[in-house]
Amino acid sequence: MPFIPHTEEDIAEMLASIGADSIEALFDEIPADLKGGTLKEVPPGLSEMEITRLMMERAGQDGFYQNYIGAGAYEHHIPAAVWQITTRGEFYSSYTPYQAEASQGTLQLLYEYQTMMASLTGMDVSNASMYDGATALAEAALMAVRSHKSSRRILIPETVHPVYRKVARAIVSNQKIEIVEVPFDQTSGQVRLESLDAFATDDVAALVIPQPNFFGVLEQVDALTDWAHSKNALAIGVVNPTALALLKPPGEWGETGADIAVGEGQPLGIPLSSGGPYFGFMACKNSLIRQIPGRIIGRTNDLDGKPGFVLTLQAREQHIRRSKATSNICTNQGLMVTAATIYMSLLGPDGLRRVATHSHANTSSLIKKLTAIPGVEQVFSSPFFHEAAIKLPSSAANALAKLKQNGILGGFNLQAHYPELENTLLVCATETKTEADIDNYVSQFRQALS
Amino acid sequence: MLIFEHARPGRRNYSQAPKTSASFDDIPDHLLRKKQPLLPEVSEMDTVRHYTRLSQKNFSIDTEFYPLGSCTMKYNPRACNALAMLPQYLSRHPLAPEDTGQGFLACMYELQEILKDVTGMAGITLAPMAGAQGELAGVMMIRAYHEAHGDFERTEIIVPDAAHGTNPATAVMCGFKVVEIPTDKEGNVDLNALKAAVGPKTAGLMLTNPSTLGVFEENIAEMSRVVHEAGGLLYYDGANLNAVLGKVKPGDMGFDVIHINLHKTFSTPHGGGGPGSAPIGVAKRLLPFMPVPFVTLENGKYRWVTEQERPQSIGHLSAHMGNAGVLLRAYIYVRLLGREGMNRIAEFATLNANYLMAELRKIGFEIAYPTRRASHEFIVTMKDIKDETGVTAMNLAKRLLDKGYHAPTTYFPILVPECLLIEPAETESKQTLDAFVTAMKEILDEIEQQPDMVKNAPHNMPLRKLDDVKAARELDLCWKPGA
Repeated sequence: MPFIPHTEEDIAEMLASIGADSIEALFDEIPADLKGGTLKEVPPGLSEMEITRLMMERAGQDGFYQNYIGAGAYEHHIPAAVWQITTRGEFYSSYTPYQAEASQGTLQLLYEYQTMMASLTGMDVSNASMYDGATALAEAALMAVRSHKSSRRILIPETVHPVYRKVARAIVSNQKIEIVEVPFDQTSGQVRLESLDAFATDDVAALVIPQPNFFGVLEQVDALTDWAHSKNALAIGVVNPTALALLKPPGEWGETGADIAVGEGQPLGIPLSSGGPYFGFMACKNSLIRQIPGRIIGRTNDLDGKPGFVLTLQAREQHIRRSKATSNICTNQGLMVTAATIYMSLLGPDGLRRVATHSHANTSSLIKKLTAIPGVEQVFSSPFFHEAAIKLPSSAANALAKLKQNGILGGFNLQAHYPELENTLLVCATETKTEADIDNYVSQFRQALS
Repeated sequence: MLIFEHARPGRRNYSQAPKTSASFDDIPDHLLRKKQPLLPEVSEMDTVRHYTRLSQKNFSIDTEFYPLGSCTMKYNPRACNALAMLPQYLSRHPLAPEDTGQGFLACMYELQEILKDVTGMAGITLAPMAGAQGELAGVMMIRAYHEAHGDFERTEIIVPDAAHGTNPATAVMCGFKVVEIPTDKEGNVDLNALKAAVGPKTAGLMLTNPSTLGVFEENIAEMSRVVHEAGGLLYYDGANLNAVLGKVKPGDMGFDVIHINLHKTFSTPHGGGGPGSAPIGVAKRLLPFMPVPFVTLENGKYRWVTEQERPQSIGHLSAHMGNAGVLLRAYIYVRLLGREGMNRIAEFATLNANYLMAELRKIGFEIAYPTRRASHEFIVTMKDIKDETGVTAMNLAKRLLDKGYHAPTTYFPILVPECLLIEPAETESKQTLDAFVTAMKEILDEIEQQPDMVKNAPHNMPLRKLDDVKAARELDLCWKPGA
């Protein structure tokens, strides 16, 4: 029997010990009229060889593409060691580290992760991760309202990832929290301070500030952070972790820094994998530590004074506080964080910065070459990190379809979320692309337009 | 030693990152970082050695028996991991067009159909990324359902006192008031208390069945009737689905919405605490409210159903479509087990639990609900032992670590004093269970002969008992250079 080791002799001895006639007798407390129901949609079992063939066939059907889509999930080189170590059984098949003495591996790794993320974001502390970037933003909004006390309004610019805005709305609206979307400047692609001035002091719990924003554009983070603080609101940064190797971290924005930093951790060694599993990161100032949701690891000592690690501040959490918890969140994304921590160790500060600068330079090169094609224009005038919007002289959908026929996923069609941005593509070339790849893209693009 | 303490300024890896830095002079200086982040400067070998050694400080299913109640720590087949990590699956961008992912989407669609069949529900969405998010989605749908019917007075969710902490926390996150109802002495929900609690304010009841007490709610049909007659809906927390898989379908028990913990019942890895995955199943009346996206099959092509087609959907719960890689592993697992394997999961999980319960009772442990069958788990209470010797459930748990066993769940459910919730899972052999019983007997003897030794356990682990109070009082959450 697959994955069940019992022999006939074992079964007989076990039933004798229990005093039951059959395995079926062990289900005698289930009312008979509820039992049964045959399975129609579950096919007969396959051997490992058969399922291998099936999964390889389906993988082959999907194949490989040269990918220029970013829009919240980014292709980066993942060093071989990352997943070889992450999928060691001791990481892969352990559970939440409730028994600290038997989980020092996971606990120490999470403490190292917290240290790395706090430093990368420039914040005081980090939790041990959230489900993904979108839910991390939703949790940050809840956290801001809990700490603000008088306002239940969150300002989110339209330059924040459109699905993040939807997720945040879906999650926080149950608690009578209002999400107000702030329009962006169609020329710069940034949020403008003037569009914020309609909001009064003390009636905003937090302003969300993306860096880079969904269009790849760099926002005026210092001014936005200071605006939030001038209104007695918190500043929540939504940031790309690769970019943080190059860009000013949220903790240093404006006069006193952002209060909470969140984002999608996927670029740190997590494969694209159709959208998950990824992980969200969340860091904050010391003053907000008791409001942060999720697991937090602390360093302490054992009975002999030797240093070790434990889950701490558990009084915030659902298994202790139940209906009074800061969130219903139960686990973090442990295995993804394991991979990200190993990724950050392998790259180090200099390696991550190289990834960031090459991703920036490749996208700059791509945009320069594409906008040399007559009729193709860069949409926004502001500097960008590693993706940018371009407007096509003809149907963007057609161009994408033609590129796809030649093995290229040419970008993300912004019209899906921004109806006013017709025939506009968001394109991204990370460090994984060579100059030859970019030239090939440009040449295919030129043909796709003609 | 921390990874940062292995570091030396200027040490770096040369193969993993681009060979040079590139230009960024078009980015204004005031937007740039001035001080480099505290990432370790270590070699590849330092990193590999450090994290390999850290891994060796963990207990895991691959290395130890891990009878952690309510967590279903069963063997995670290696084929599921290897095949979900084929490079085409890993490299697929979430926003890549559907026609470039028909192989992947076929797996997702078939998984939806299989889960629908196994649970007896009318629709499945794979979107939620963890059990707690599955609960959130389910309770949001209950709220959306009542509101769609113009009923805004249903402000209460009923939760039994034995429920997981996530249940009441979720209800509050969805804007509901929690009404807790007690358990009777046989471990069933107190039916009279339920009858007294329901009314025009009842939005729904959240229930785990079998419950966290390790027993099947015998009155489930009556409970379902009581809640439905009051106009409420029934939520099934699928944490314990492993115990009844292929035996009873939640849909047949009258549940309107359920979540399934794939990281438990469908053997996807727990990964040191995530990623999970918790597809939700719904009865027909909740179909319009399902979160998006989910997969449909039309004219031989698979595609995502979006919110435009489902205007009443509760919306998106993640940036993309949930934990795809976890879903692939679950799909591979069900295909390996097949129809005939589904029934065996519950059968052998239940056999193992009842055998272990019988053997532990024989050597002198007190079972919390001795007249009941165990489901796939059961509870030992150490109340009398503690009263007589001062040795607690946590002391015994730590002593088990010394003997090479992960501890059962302790102090949950909270209504049983000094409890150990023990779930052996179907993948363990009789020989492993017998060895565990021997270890438990040794500890019983130790409690009698040298209780202080047991109280001070663990003794054979890399560290002795850790100071939780110091951790919470003198917060040290990040390493600082020179500290």
